[in-house]
Order: sequence, then C-alpha cells, then structure tokens
Amino acid sequence: MEWVSRVLTTQVLPFGLLVLILFGFGISPDLQVRGSEDRSVLEQVAPGLFWLAVLFSALLAIGRSFAIEAVDGNLDALRLAGLEPAGIFLGKGAATLVELFVLELIVGVGAFLFYGSPLANPLLLITTVVLATVGIAAAGTLYAALAAGLRVRDTLVPLLLLPVLAPVLLAATLATEAALFGPASDGWPWLYALGAFAILYVGAGILAFGSLLEES
Amino acid sequence: MGWEYVIPGYLVVFGTLAVYATAVLRRGRSLSKQLPEEKRRFLAPEAGTTDLEK
Amino acid sequence: MTTTGVDTNVSTVPAHTGSRGSRALGAICLVLIAALLIFALWVTPPEVSQRDAVRLFYIHVPSAIVSFYIAFTITLIGSILYLAKQSVFWDLMAGASAEIGVVFLGFTLVTGMLWGRPTWGTYWQWDPRLTSTAVSFVLYLGYLAVRRLDMDPALRSRRAAILGIVSFANLIIVRYSVSWWRSLHQGTTLDPVDTQMDGVMLFTFFLGTITMILVFFWLLIHRFRVAWLEHQLAEVGLEAAIQERRSEGNASDASSDGKTR
Repeated sequence: MEWVSRVLTTQVLPFGLLVLILFGFGISPDLQVRGSEDRSVLEQVAPGLFWLAVLFSALLAIGRSFAIEAVDGNLDALRLAGLEPAGIFLGKGAATLVELFVLELIVGVGAFLFYGSPLANPLLLITTVVLATVGIAAAGTLYAALAAGLRVRDTLVPLLLLPVLAPVLLAATLATEAALFGPASDGWPWLYALGAFAILYVGAGILAFGSLLEES
Repeated sequence: MGWEYVIPGYLVVFGTLAVYATAVLRRGRSLSKQLPEEKRRFLAPEAGTTDLEK
Repeated sequence: MTTTGVDTNVSTVPAHTGSRGSRALGAICLVLIAALLIFALWVTPPEVSQRDAVRLFYIHVPSAIVSFYIAFTITLIGSILYLAKQSVFWDLMAGASAEIGVVFLGFTLVTGMLWGRPTWGTYWQWDPRLTSTAVSFVLYLGYLAVRRLDMDPALRSRRAAILGIVSFANLIIVRYSVSWWRSLHQGTTLDPVDTQMDGVMLFTFFLGTITMILVFFWLLIHRFRVAWLEHQLAEVGLEAAIQERRSEGNASDASSDGKTR
C-alpha cells in the first residue's frame, strides 16, 4: 500500500507543480501591484495559488485512493476482518494526510521558488498547513467514500468536494497571507476556522463511515 | 432608473415558477395515470366502508 | 364486490397531484402573488439611492430566506429522520425540498445580480449573501446529482441522507466564513439589507416573504407527490421484473423435470 501511494505521488506531484507553473503563465509575473511595496501580483497572490494547486492535486490523490481499494476489494476485506468503520476512515484519512503533506512540501517549495514570496511567520504557516490539510484529508475521504464504487466518481467527487472546501481555501489563503507578508495577528483567527472545520469533518467521518461502507 | 433590470428579474422569477409548477403538475398527471388508484398517494383519502380484500 | 350501500360516493384517488388542500393553498398563493406584484411594482415608491432597483429586493431576500431557512432545513430534518427510521416519506421529502430550494437559490442569485448592476455598477460584487449563495447553489446541485445516481435505491437514499446532513453544516460554514471574510473588506459595497425601509416598503417586504414561503410549500406538496409516484412506479417495475423472473423459473423448472441439474 505504501508502495502504491508512492506511485500516485509521482502522478499527483507533477500535476501540482504543473498547476503552479501554469498559474505563472496565466498571471504574468511582470504585473505589478499598484502602490504596494514593489511586489508583483503573482507574488501577492502566491498563497491563494498555492492552495488552489494543492486543492486540485488533492482531488486527484483522493479520487485514486478509493479507486485502488475498490478494484482490489480491500474495503470488503477490511470490513470482514472486523475492523471498525471509524478505524478504516481514520486509516484512509491518515494515509491521504501523509500524501497531502508530501504534496504540500514539494508544491510549497515550488511556490517559493516560482513566486518569490517572503516568509514572515513560519510557525503560523506550518500550523495553517497542518490544520487545513487535516480538514482536506478528512472531508476528502468522507466524500470519496460517498462516491465509491460509482462510475461517475471522477466527476462527482470534485463537484461535491470543492464547494465544501471553499471555506478551507479561504481561511488557509488568508492565514498564509498573514504568514508570508503581514502581521501574524491577521492570520491566527482563521486558524480557529480551520480547526473547527477539521474537527467537524473528522467527527463526521467517524460517525458516517459505517453507514457509507455498508453495501445495502 | 432600474426598471430595465426589475422587469427581467420579475419575469425570470415568476416565469420560472410557472414553468416549474407546470412541469411538476404535468409529470404528476402522467405518472398518476400509470398507477392503480391505491398506489397513487402516500395517504389515500378515507374511503367509505369497503370490504377489505386481501 | 362491495355492498356499501350509501357510501359508494367515495372519493376516488385522482390521476393528478392536486387535492382540496393544495387547491386552496394554490389559490391563496395566486392572490398573494398578485398583491405582491401590485405592491412591489406599483404602490411602493422608488428608494432614495437605488431608485427602482430596490423592487428586486422584495423577491431577492424572500427567496434567500425560503431556501436557506426552510428548504434546506427540511432537507436536513428529512435526512436525519430517514437515517433514523428508514422512512421513504422523509427521504422523498428531503429530496423534493432540496430541489425547490435550489430553484429559489437560483432566484436569489439572479435577482441579486440584477439588483447589483444598477446599484453597484457591476453584476457581481463579492458581498456575503451573493457569494455564499453561489457556493451553496453548487453545493446542493451536488446533492441533487447524488439523488439521481444510477445505483441501488436504498443505498442511494442513505448516501443522499448523509450528504443532506453534511451539506447543511457546510451551508452554515460557508455563510459564516464568507461573512467574516467580506466584513474585513469594508469597501463601498452596499448590502441590500442596509437600505432604509419604512411603511409600505417594509410591508411589501413581508408580503414577499409570506408569498414565497407559501409558494414554496405549494410546490413542495406537488413535488413530493410526484416523487412518491416515481417511487411507486419504480417499485411496481421491480415487482413486475421479479414476477417475470419467477414465472420464467417455473417454466424452465417444469420443462426440465426429470433432467438432472
């Protein structure tokens, strides 16, 4: 299973980097922000672009994680082995979480390289990334299960998941902006939002996974 | 000022309501016809005294 | 053969989704709509700064109220009750309510954008209500998509129910986070609710709200009944298919008597 996710990472990671690069094509690096510290637009919006790249890449990773299991019938095997659904949820969620952290590390380094932003508050950044990712992994695992086994899974999961993650995108971007540029105090309130979201979705996953896994 | 937005707005809203309502009602008719009476409603209206046939 | 004597004037179940109750409600709705149109488009004066554009407000906010506070709340309750009791009634009610809720969200968006054009100068301004409405719209489109998936009905209803509950939580999250976000940017954005309203305008606003609420329930009654009919039809189809299988099985059993299996 670990080996398999490394295979995934070699598809998902390049995608994430590609998105970052494409953003640079879409938003010219030479565009200047009027009146603001001689900083390009691209640099200013780097936080948002980073999280967008992560979100889109996460969709790939999350979609794949249930595809493989479904093919192998591992899910049924796990259930028959008497594993609690909540445990399965946490397990799959944790696996996704690790994948996302790796993704974010690479994409994050890429973002700093391509967009050239400063880093004022590293601790805030790390906390933001951790909290946001837990939320993304939890919600993603839950919604992937909801769409598991369906032919339309690949279009359904993005449709379901993106509106759900919009607030995460919002909070994470604002917190990251504060972590990179501005006063840290601008960012910490949004961490409460991220934390609440993460708790909500971990809880929801634990509660709902049993129902979702049952095949009628 | 603004009437050129108000009118389309009201037309869209009430027009859509009319279209949607019509669509629902017509679908109701067509489906009802395909089903025997006792299956048509969640709560069938109180019948008079009829023999219970089963 | 019934020997019911006098009571053979029993009300037969009609071949449509109407009933005395829904007819009455429908009549009331028509009256209210007429009244609303008269008040909103004629009786009320143009507002000070927005002029006539304010007239959209009398359906913009009521539509939002109906979808967020009524439609999706019913979906939430229905989803919970379905999971608790496996009741088909609540499953269908949740779905019907969500569909109409999405329609009213559409109204909220359209009227909001049309209101915005003369007032703000643009069709879109990232104000809290419009933005969270847009996200919620897609959110519940996803819910409706799941309800139409081609899969085992019981399983589908269960997944839809879970989604109905989680989506409501998302609704709240989106509203709060967007409001918080936009409150940080005190631009020249004019929130519709800030308009000075008095007398006739306030009355018309309430009239609009009551009208939309009743129209919602009228639509809900019919949409639920249609959903029930669809459900029954599916069951009938299923029963017929099972019967066919059985009779085929019997036929082949009969013809293969004596042959070893």
